[in-house]
Amino acid sequence: MKKALFSALTVALLYGCASTPVETEKPAAPGAEPAQGLPVSPPLAAPGQPAAQIDLSKRSVFYDYDKYDIKDEYRPVLQAHGKYLAENRGKKMLIQGNCDERGSREYNIALGQRRAEGVRRMLVLMGATEKQVEPVSLGEEKPRCSDHSEGCWSQNRRSDMLYSGEY
Amino acid sequence: MSSRTLAALLAAILLLAGPARAQLTIEIIGGGANQIPIAVLPFAGESMLPQSITEIIEQDLSRSGRFRAIFVGGVNTPPTEIAQVDFPEWKSRLADAMVIGQAQRLPDGKLEVRFRLLDVLKQSQIGGIAFTFTAAQTRLTAHKIADFIYEKMTGERGVFSTRIAYIVKQGPRYELRVADADGQNAQSILISSEPIMSPAWAPDGARMAYVSFQNKKPILFVQSLSASKQPAPVANYRGSNSAPAWSPDGKQLAAVLTKDGTSQIYLMSPDGGNLRRLTVSQAIDTEPFFTPDGQSIYFTSDRGGSPQIYRMPASGGEPVRMTFEGDYNVSPRVSPDGKILAYISRVNGRFQLMAMDLESKQIQTLTDGLRDESPSFAPNGRIILYATDIDDRGVLAAVSSDGRFRQRLGIQAADVREPSWGPFLGN
Repeated sequence: MKKALFSALTVALLYGCASTPVETEKPAAPGAEPAQGLPVSPPLAAPGQPAAQIDLSKRSVFYDYDKYDIKDEYRPVLQAHGKYLAENRGKKMLIQGNCDERGSREYNIALGQRRAEGVRRMLVLMGATEKQVEPVSLGEEKPRCSDHSEGCWSQNRRSDMLYSGEY
Repeated sequence: MSSRTLAALLAAILLLAGPARAQLTIEIIGGGANQIPIAVLPFAGESMLPQSITEIIEQDLSRSGRFRAIFVGGVNTPPTEIAQVDFPEWKSRLADAMVIGQAQRLPDGKLEVRFRLLDVLKQSQIGGIAFTFTAAQTRLTAHKIADFIYEKMTGERGVFSTRIAYIVKQGPRYELRVADADGQNAQSILISSEPIMSPAWAPDGARMAYVSFQNKKPILFVQSLSASKQPAPVANYRGSNSAPAWSPDGKQLAAVLTKDGTSQIYLMSPDGGNLRRLTVSQAIDTEPFFTPDGQSIYFTSDRGGSPQIYRMPASGGEPVRMTFEGDYNVSPRVSPDGKILAYISRVNGRFQLMAMDLESKQIQTLTDGLRDESPSFAPNGRIILYATDIDDRGVLAAVSSDGRFRQRLGIQAADVREPSWGPFLGN
């Protein structure tokens, strides 16, 4: 199964879609396209079509302050991962919800959980099973960026999708 | 400024920068009204103790904001008995109260200190006791004497001999520490390369609940302070496990689990057994906190569209909303007498500590920080410890519950956060 993921990522690389497989993208500027230069919406594969066409390089969903709704621009990303999980039932994923530093640490654990839970729901809708995905929260405890500014905060309001072996 | 004062000041700064590096250092901001002027005279024979007991007593009393230390220099032979006290002298120095005493080594090697608290104006003894202790208990003994003086003079129990817990983040290293209420004598309870959060003292003062991320997600632990290693988790369910709070009798733990969906409040035994769900909502329900009578639980919920504070029966039932001003009110903590609700409110983008009188529902803003969080009442309800930051560095701060007196406790080159004030000793 690990091999399958690897080959999927390799294909993605060959297509010139990403720098490294596990690197998450920078947050999109407000209103901008989420991922310039990347194939945003891989066509839904017909039954039997190899998983190799799924782009799994993007692993993050970013949010507005105090919000947990998933913006439309992230649907293709979640669609790709949901499809991959559906086609690879042995694969498991940890979804880590994160928040910016503002506000109560424990409330941010709950908010991060909601963000991760939203991703879980979407992935299940896209074909993953409950057993494959566990949503958890890191709250504001593991910031990617530590400045006290919106530039940093927008990167920290994030859900990350990690496959087993990556966490 | 004379060169002498400058030299003394520099010496003081150097002292602070030296051995205090790993300790919390204290800075008093603001002053309290009606401070009691007290002269703490050196105890005869105390120079043989590992630390100066009278210095610790004087610092404790001053830090409380309720006392003002009177200069005690120029005393040749410190009096040990009331008959030896020159009361007119201390009256002229404007002391209302004074402390005298002596320390000695007992034949069995233990130490003993006897002290008397005196009323300068009435020229009489207010109280006095003797303590027998080991060298390692010197600080604790000084704190107990300060507690005695505090209680005699103010009518309230002192908290100098209680302990505080807090999290220190230094580079990639997280530490759960327990220290004396003055920040000294810090000990590491847990060291981890992953975050630790939400320390909560058990009412017996011997155990601590906390959340650890060592397994890449929040998991709940209860650890005995005397334990040398981390025990098995008490809640490690699918999703996140966090926000522990003890019932006043120590028999129940409230915590937030997400095993059934969103963050909901559950009750369990301190070993994790007998789990039952307390809140049933589609919303975020978190940050439970028991009232001192154990009958109710305050918590934060966004069921009304924004995070607000609610109260519900500890046995379950309909929550009542408690906060209505503003769109972000979180982290409820009830004072030990059950009269004040302390919480954090977002006001114009700033997170500030508020105090609500639960009877009149009057609200007072206690702090003016940018990111104040994690309030924790002293067991006598007089002071609220909280986390704030100065120059991008996390420090602890304390404010009297009337908002008049404030102080800061920080460690150089480290982030200090999430204070939790422990219970009275011997409870």
